Amino acid sequence: MSLTAQDIDRIANLARLELPPEEGQRMLDQINGFFSIVDAMRAVDTTGVKPLPHPIATIQEMALRLRDDVASEPNQREANQQSAPAVERGLFLVPKVIE
Amino acid sequence: MSTKQKSLLVQGYEVVIGFETHAQLSTQSKIFSRAPTAFGAEPNTQACAVDLALPGTLPVMNKGAVERAIELGLAVGSHIAEESIFARKNYFYPDLPKGYQISQFEIPVVQGGEVSFFVGDEKKTVRLVRAHLEEDAGKSLHEDFIGQSGIDLNRAGTPLLEIVTEPDIRSSEEAVAYAKELHKIVTWIGICDGNMQEGSFRCDANVSVRKPGAALGTRREIKNLNSFKFMQQAIDFEVRWQIEQIEDGFEIQQATVLFDPDTGETRAMRTKEDAADYRYFPDPDLPPLVIGRDWVARVQSEMTELPRVMAARFVADYGLPEYDATTLTQSKAMASYFEAAAKACGQAKLVSNWVMGEVSRRLNAGEVSIENAPVSAAQLAAMIGRIADNTISNSAAKQVFDALWTEGGEVDAIIEAKGLKQMNDSGALEAIIDEVLAANPKNVEEFRAGNAKALNGLVGPIMKASKGKANPAQVNELLLKKLQS
Amino acid sequence: MTALHDLSVAALAAELRAKKVSATELAQHFLARSQADTSGAFLSLNPEATLAQAKEADVQLASGIAGPLAGVPMAHKDIFVTIEFPTTAGSKMLEGYLSPFDATVVRKLGVQSGGAGMVNVGKLNCDEFAMGSSNENSAYKPVTNPWDTSRVPGGSSGGSSAAVAARLVPAATGTDTGGSIRQPASFCGITGIKPTYGRASRYGMIAYASSLDQAGPMARTAEDCALMLSAMCGPDLDRDSTSLDVPAENFARDLNASLDGLRIGIPKEFFGEGLAQDVRAAVDAALKEYEKLGAKLVPISLPRTELSIPVYYIIAPAEASSNLSRFDGVKFGHRTKDYTDLVSMYKRSRAEGFGEEVKRRIMTGAYVLSHGYYDAYYLQAQKIRRMISDDFQQAFQVCDVIAGPVAPTVAWKLGEKADDPVANYLADIFTLPASLAGLPGMSVPAGFGEEGMPVGLQLIGNYFKEAQLLNAAHRLQQATDFHLRQPGGAK
Repeated sequence: MSLTAQDIDRIANLARLELPPEEGQRMLDQINGFFSIVDAMRAVDTTGVKPLPHPIATIQEMALRLRDDVASEPNQREANQQSAPAVERGLFLVPKVIE
Repeated sequence: MSTKQKSLLVQGYEVVIGFETHAQLSTQSKIFSRAPTAFGAEPNTQACAVDLALPGTLPVMNKGAVERAIELGLAVGSHIAEESIFARKNYFYPDLPKGYQISQFEIPVVQGGEVSFFVGDEKKTVRLVRAHLEEDAGKSLHEDFIGQSGIDLNRAGTPLLEIVTEPDIRSSEEAVAYAKELHKIVTWIGICDGNMQEGSFRCDANVSVRKPGAALGTRREIKNLNSFKFMQQAIDFEVRWQIEQIEDGFEIQQATVLFDPDTGETRAMRTKEDAADYRYFPDPDLPPLVIGRDWVARVQSEMTELPRVMAARFVADYGLPEYDATTLTQSKAMASYFEAAAKACGQAKLVSNWVMGEVSRRLNAGEVSIENAPVSAAQLAAMIGRIADNTISNSAAKQVFDALWTEGGEVDAIIEAKGLKQMNDSGALEAIIDEVLAANPKNVEEFRAGNAKALNGLVGPIMKASKGKANPAQVNELLLKKLQS
Repeated sequence: MTALHDLSVAALAAELRAKKVSATELAQHFLARSQADTSGAFLSLNPEATLAQAKEADVQLASGIAGPLAGVPMAHKDIFVTIEFPTTAGSKMLEGYLSPFDATVVRKLGVQSGGAGMVNVGKLNCDEFAMGSSNENSAYKPVTNPWDTSRVPGGSSGGSSAAVAARLVPAATGTDTGGSIRQPASFCGITGIKPTYGRASRYGMIAYASSLDQAGPMARTAEDCALMLSAMCGPDLDRDSTSLDVPAENFARDLNASLDGLRIGIPKEFFGEGLAQDVRAAVDAALKEYEKLGAKLVPISLPRTELSIPVYYIIAPAEASSNLSRFDGVKFGHRTKDYTDLVSMYKRSRAEGFGEEVKRRIMTGAYVLSHGYYDAYYLQAQKIRRMISDDFQQAFQVCDVIAGPVAPTVAWKLGEKADDPVANYLADIFTLPASLAGLPGMSVPAGFGEEGMPVGLQLIGNYFKEAQLLNAAHRLQQATDFHLRQPGGAK
């Protein structure tokens, strides 16, 4: 399984990463290097095997815990926004969002 | 092709619509955090660390959101999944703090179900594919900032139920009727406040057209239809636009469109490259949601009587036509008003007629809700009781009702004060009839000659002579007796 | 007179309770060492905050209402968010980031009410967002191994292991996703344990791979690890949905239990060609010690050991690619100065804020989740993950504990593998399987290899068997002194 430069462009866009051409090329080579060891994995016969999303699911029932519907978080806007790059009147500022 | 189907076609094309509705659930706290959900707070004062996706934060599920999903599922007759999975929908947008939305993908909490309603007097059923839980995004504000947008994450994390239909809807009229019925259901069972201006109930319509019998056409999605009025307009425009495109030889491209109420047109949003590859995968921070059958049973037993169940009961217990029953169960308040009045006077059909007719008319005109109607169910029942026992005629009742609505008071007192008591004394009435017959020989002759309409010319004077107090039914009965003897 | 920095956590706790030393004295002592350090182990110090915590601990000790480790200095891997110290996760993306809340693990270990009372000396360097095996992926500076400053300390908890080995602090927290506690502990000759997945809360632990990340202690002795682990673990039901509802335990309760009859499984796949001779020798010697202590060695097989590499490097980057999407320059973190619109703001902020290895894993992760590839890669990996987990359960039918090397070699030279990411991945082969299965795993100093570099022995237990692992480690430490040796460079 080999990725192409187009794959790199597409994924970089999906992941919102700007990759200058040399970096993109390096990334392509390294990721392809990695995928060469992945082939063995793809060949494994996993018919009838259920995926294991939670490691402990094999030994106990993992069910989502539900909390009571209580609004107990106080307003901590100032503390929460202390590391924000751009804030005005309590709003996070970003370049204009065009619909 | 049935006449009905044919009549829904637009310029020969069949309209195919599927709806996606996002209903904000009426919980106190957010779906994955304990921040409050109240509308209208100062920006970012109801966005806690979890809502802001601060590093290290994790989601914890709100039981109230799950319970409301179960209630909706029961209300539409769907299957409540024993186990459902939360998945991450990955995309970048400033109002989406984590860069992914926690939603449900392959296995939603509610599966199947249907919603039935009337379009005119025709019953229609729309099948649901599913309903799933997910979190709402924040809001972008564009005014006040030049070249920038201000992001308010108060709304981020509010629980949503996304309700998806099969593409069963065949006209804009049906679409609005469906949306109204769904709106009624979610507000009736109390899981959503239904406030469309505040964004509690948001509809997206997937619209396509095709020649009857052909494969499904490419659909375009009209997003954020937040008023029933604009909903119909938007769909109508979109349908005409699509047909025009096709007739002009163009293919419809899949797109997301917005309706502009000022121009009355739909317009495509910026095209999304990548046709949005959301890279769904089960959220590793959330184990599967397990809903035991005993929980479902408990919710079922505690649920308020559903509108369609109540409507069926009205048909069975009160002998009402289905149309009446459905109209009366448009809201809990109206249904309870009807039932209180019907029980009090035992005249269900008469009560129904009055509620659907005169009461509704005045409520709409005055923009008053039935909870605030000036005439109570008890008063209406009393008045209808007096119609039923022949104390007053229907036309006299209209005067009584008017007085009750505008001035208030007590039924019997009003009847007395306005002298509206119907004349029931057949002796006095016979005398009047004899007089009128004597004074109108021409009408009598015409009637006896076979012209039934000649009767009308006699009824009028009789009613006048009785000062409107004669019981019309009695008048007819006696008049015919005399004319036929 | 033993120097203060040569005392264990247990010993220091006892001294403090006996009022032979104060928390403030200890804090000053370790602060001075940390401030003078040149290994790059620390990313931030805040003496004012540290001394205030020490003062608080002294008050608690005086009043008699103090946590079990009150006044003992330690340091946190810079993956745990702290109110009083910036948290960077070793990345430029979070330079200067101040969290408005403390991680649960930080609260449980610290001087706040209900905590164990430990005093935080500072935040420790790590590979960026915990991705790496050498601490060379830190965006700030690499860390040097106190045993040989031309070598790596291991990763991603390289700052933690170096700080403990150099005695800058008696103990530290680390995180282990694919071996990031066990491997640096091995490379630096200290003891570290990753508990069963779900034992320690992940709230406040900056997420790398959600279904694999776990917090754990790193110290010189198994006893110290046991004491810290007891304080760190416990249900966090209100904040972490993956936190297990199993009660907190005293993991030190069985430290001295006899090992007579303990069945130690030796996986043949851990002793193949790739294992360096010097590591094999040290591990074999340690296993002989266990036999002397009454344990029995049982040959076992973990047939999918090698597969754990692609499986891990599909699952972890996939989860990471999603977990790191929140770093978008909007609410916190780095925002580029050079953008023309929203999309360029995202792309440049993230390109500038993330280092190469992180970008590589985000790209790989996004790829394996993308449309058309999900089934063949991500789903397939999760299925094999279950098979790997089942393999362990098979093995545990015939043994109590599994033992083997932590890594194929001792610590390598700085820069040696820096340009070869796959070489780094391959070196994780022995630690990845236990991570995938969510099993508890430890590294115990077992001897020395080439050029005097430490070699760790890995012990893997069945779910919830941390006390047994720590017991086995402790008994080895009673029979050997590797864990007490000092790096030549340390003063």
